[in-house]
Amino acid sequence: MKMTGAQILIECLKREGVEVMFGYPGGQVLPLFDKIYDTDIKFILVRHEQGAAHAADGYARATGKPGVCIATSGPGATNLVTGIANAFMDSIPMVAITGQVKSYLIGNDAFQEADVTGITRPITKHNFLVKDVKDLARTMREAFYIASTGRPGPVLIDVPSDVQMAETEYIWPERVEIRSYNPTYFGHPGQIKKAAKMIQASKKPVVYAGGGIISSSAHLVLREFAERIQAPVTWTLMGIGGFPATNKLSLGMLGMHGTGYANHAITASDLIIAVGARFDDRVTGRLDAFAPKAKVIHIDIDPSSISKNIRVDIPIVGDARNILGELLEQMKKTPDTSSWLLEIDALKKKYPMRYNKDGNKIKPQYVIEQIDEVTGGNAIITTEVGQNQMWAAQWYKYNQPRTFISSGGLGTMGFGFPAAMGAKIGYPDKIVFDIAGDGSIQMNIQELATCICNKINVKIAILNNGYLGMVRQWQELFYKKRYSHTCLTGPDFVKLAESFGAAGIRVTKKEDVRQAIEKAIAIDNTVLIDFHIEPEENVFPMVPAGEAINTMIEGLA
Amino acid sequence: MKHTISVLVENKFGVLARVAGLFSARGYNIASLAVSETLDASISYMTIVVDAKDETVLEQIKKQLNKLIDVITVTDFTKKTHVERELALVKINYVAKDKAKIASVLKKYVAKIVHSKANTAIIEAVGEEEQIKALLESLGKFGIKELIRTGKIAITIGG
Ligand SMILES: Cc1ncc(C[n+]2csc(CCOP(=O)(O)OP(=O)(O)O)c2C)c(N)n1
Ligand SMILES: [Mg+2]
Repeated sequence: MKMTGAQILIECLKREGVEVMFGYPGGQVLPLFDKIYDTDIKFILVRHEQGAAHAADGYARATGKPGVCIATSGPGATNLVTGIANAFMDSIPMVAITGQVKSYLIGNDAFQEADVTGITRPITKHNFLVKDVKDLARTMREAFYIASTGRPGPVLIDVPSDVQMAETEYIWPERVEIRSYNPTYFGHPGQIKKAAKMIQASKKPVVYAGGGIISSSAHLVLREFAERIQAPVTWTLMGIGGFPATNKLSLGMLGMHGTGYANHAITASDLIIAVGARFDDRVTGRLDAFAPKAKVIHIDIDPSSISKNIRVDIPIVGDARNILGELLEQMKKTPDTSSWLLEIDALKKKYPMRYNKDGNKIKPQYVIEQIDEVTGGNAIITTEVGQNQMWAAQWYKYNQPRTFISSGGLGTMGFGFPAAMGAKIGYPDKIVFDIAGDGSIQMNIQELATCICNKINVKIAILNNGYLGMVRQWQELFYKKRYSHTCLTGPDFVKLAESFGAAGIRVTKKEDVRQAIEKAIAIDNTVLIDFHIEPEENVFPMVPAGEAINTMIEGLA
Repeated sequence: MKHTISVLVENKFGVLARVAGLFSARGYNIASLAVSETLDASISYMTIVVDAKDETVLEQIKKQLNKLIDVITVTDFTKKTHVERELALVKINYVAKDKAKIASVLKKYVAKIVHSKANTAIIEAVGEEEQIKALLESLGKFGIKELIRTGKIAITIGG
C-alpha cells in the first residue's frame, strides 16, 4: 500500500508494539503530528523536550520496552540531547525521532537546522539520517532492533520533513539482519567450565551485580545462583533491585556511598564474580586497592566492558541470564563458604548502616524509611541526583527489579520527575515516587503541567535542604566549608504545585512525615511533598574520590 | 607503540565520522588513516595506524571499533603476516650537479622522478615505512621542499 513517510513512521511504531510516545511538535514534524492526530497510540505532550526523553527513558526502565520520544529539528532535537546521553550512559533502550529540515536544504544553515546526527553520534548506540522515504520502514525496524538487543541503548532517527511527506509503497521488513551487528548471547562453554572450577575453589566469593542483571532479567537466576554457591551479593546503583535487599546474602550497594560491609567484603574477597557491571570509578575507588586479593570473573554482554578498568582472570561475553544459567548447570560441587559468611556477619555488625537520629529536625533517611514502610517496599522509586539519590539508594529496601530508577552514569539532575511520569504510564497501578532534591526538581518542574493534563498521578518527595546538597557536602569535606554558590532559596513549592493544579504538602516536623506520605498516596492527583530536612545532613559512609574503598569516612564516630 | 589495523565498514553516510569520532572521544591517537572502496561497493576499507601505549589500550581500540554498528570486521596486523606500503611524493631541489647522485639514490628504492621543471623535481616513492624513511634521509641533503605521504595500507598474505 502507498503511504507517506509520516504514515509509515506511525505504522512502524504500531508494529513495534509501541503504546506511548512522549514529544513536542514543531515545524519540521508537522506532517508526522498530523498523523499522530489520528493514531490510537497514546501521545504525551510534555512541556520541554528534555522531559520527553527522560519520560521515555523512565518508561523503558520500568517496563523493559524501548521508550519513544519525538521532537522537531534544531532546538527541539538539541533539547533531547541530555536525555539521550543519559539513556546512553545507562544502556537504556530508546528510540528518538527528530524532524529535520527538508533534505535539499540540509547543510544550508536553514531555519532551525542542526546537525543532529553529528551532535548525537557519540551519545547514541547508533543513529540514522533518512534521506529517502524508501529506506524509512527498514530504518525504523533496525532502530528498534539495535536499541533493544545486545547492550541496549538509544537510537536516533532524523527524518527531513519532505521525507515525511513523500510517498512510497509501505513494506514492513519481517526479518531484520545487520551483517555488522551480531551480539553474543551465550557464553563460551570452555570459559564457563573454567569459571565454575574457580568458583568451586574459592573460599571468599562475592557476587558484584550491575545493571546488566536488570536489562537481561537475570534477577531470578542470580538469586538461585547466589543461594546455590552461598555467596554474598553486592550491587551497583544500576543493579539495585536485581537481588532482594532483604535476602540474608545481600550486602547492599558498594562503592563511594556503598555500605561499609560491602566495601570491606570486596577488599577481603578471594573471588569477585562481576555480572553485568563495569567497574566504574564510583564503584572501584582507587583501582590498585580494589579487591586486592581476588581473582575476577567478569560476565558482560559488551566485550569492551571487559578488561577496560581492571584485569580480569576469566572473561565471559554474553547475556547475564543465559550465562548464570549455564554456570548453575556446571556447579556440581559448591564451595564451602560458611566461615566466610560468618566473617560477613561480623562485618555487618562492625560497619552497620546508621544515621544520627537525635534532634527534632527531619532526617532524610527517616523520610525514605517511612516511604518504604508505607508503600510496603512495593513502589517504583525514581530519584533526582545528589544526596537525595544516595539516600534513596541506601534507605529503601528494593526487592524487585525495575523498581529503582535513577540516573547512574550521567548523573542528570532533573531526570527523576519526568522518569517517574514514564514509569507511571508503564505501571498505572503502582505507586510512583520521585525522591527529589530542591535543586534538581527545579530542572524539570514544568512537567507538573504534563502530569495534570494527562492525569499522571506521581508523587514527588522533595528532600528540601536549601542546598545543592551533594556539592555542599564536598565543599564541607574538601573545600573548608566554603559554600560557593550551593545555597538555594525558594520557591514556595506548595504554592508552585498548586498553581499547576497539583496538591502540595509542606512538612516541617518529624511527627508529620508518615501522615504526609499516607495522605499523598490517598490523594487522587499529582502530589508534591516538601520535606524540610536537616540542612547540613551528609551522605555516609563515603569513600573520598580516588581513595581505596575500604578507607571510608563514617560520619558517626 | 604503533600498530596497523584494518577496519571493514559499511560504505554508509557518516561512517568515517563515526570512526574518527571514536578515536577523538576516547583519546586514542591516529598516526595515519587511509580509506578506500573495495571490490564490493557496499564496503569500505580503512587502514589505521594507531599509537597505543600498551596492549590493553590496543585491545580497547579494537573492541570499541567492533562495537560501532557499521563496522564489519577489525583486523590487527601486528600478529599477521602481511604486506604494507605507503606512497610518498617528494618535491626536491634538482640542480644539474646533483642529478647523477639523485639518480643513484633512487635506484636503491622503488622510486622515480615523475615530474621535473627548472630546478625542482617530484619523486614518487613506494615502500614500507622504513624504506620511505631511509629514502627521505638520503634525499635530505639535496633539500626537500615539500613532502606528502599517503599513510599506510596493508593486506594479509594468503587467504
Ligand atoms: C544537570 C546537572 N547539573 C549539575 C550537576 C552537579 N550536581 C550534582 S549533585 C548537585 C546538587 C543537587 O542538589 P539537590 O537537587 O538539591 O539535591 P541534594 O544533593 O541537595 O539532595 C549538583 C549541582 C548535575 N549532577 N547535573
Ligand atoms: Mg538540595
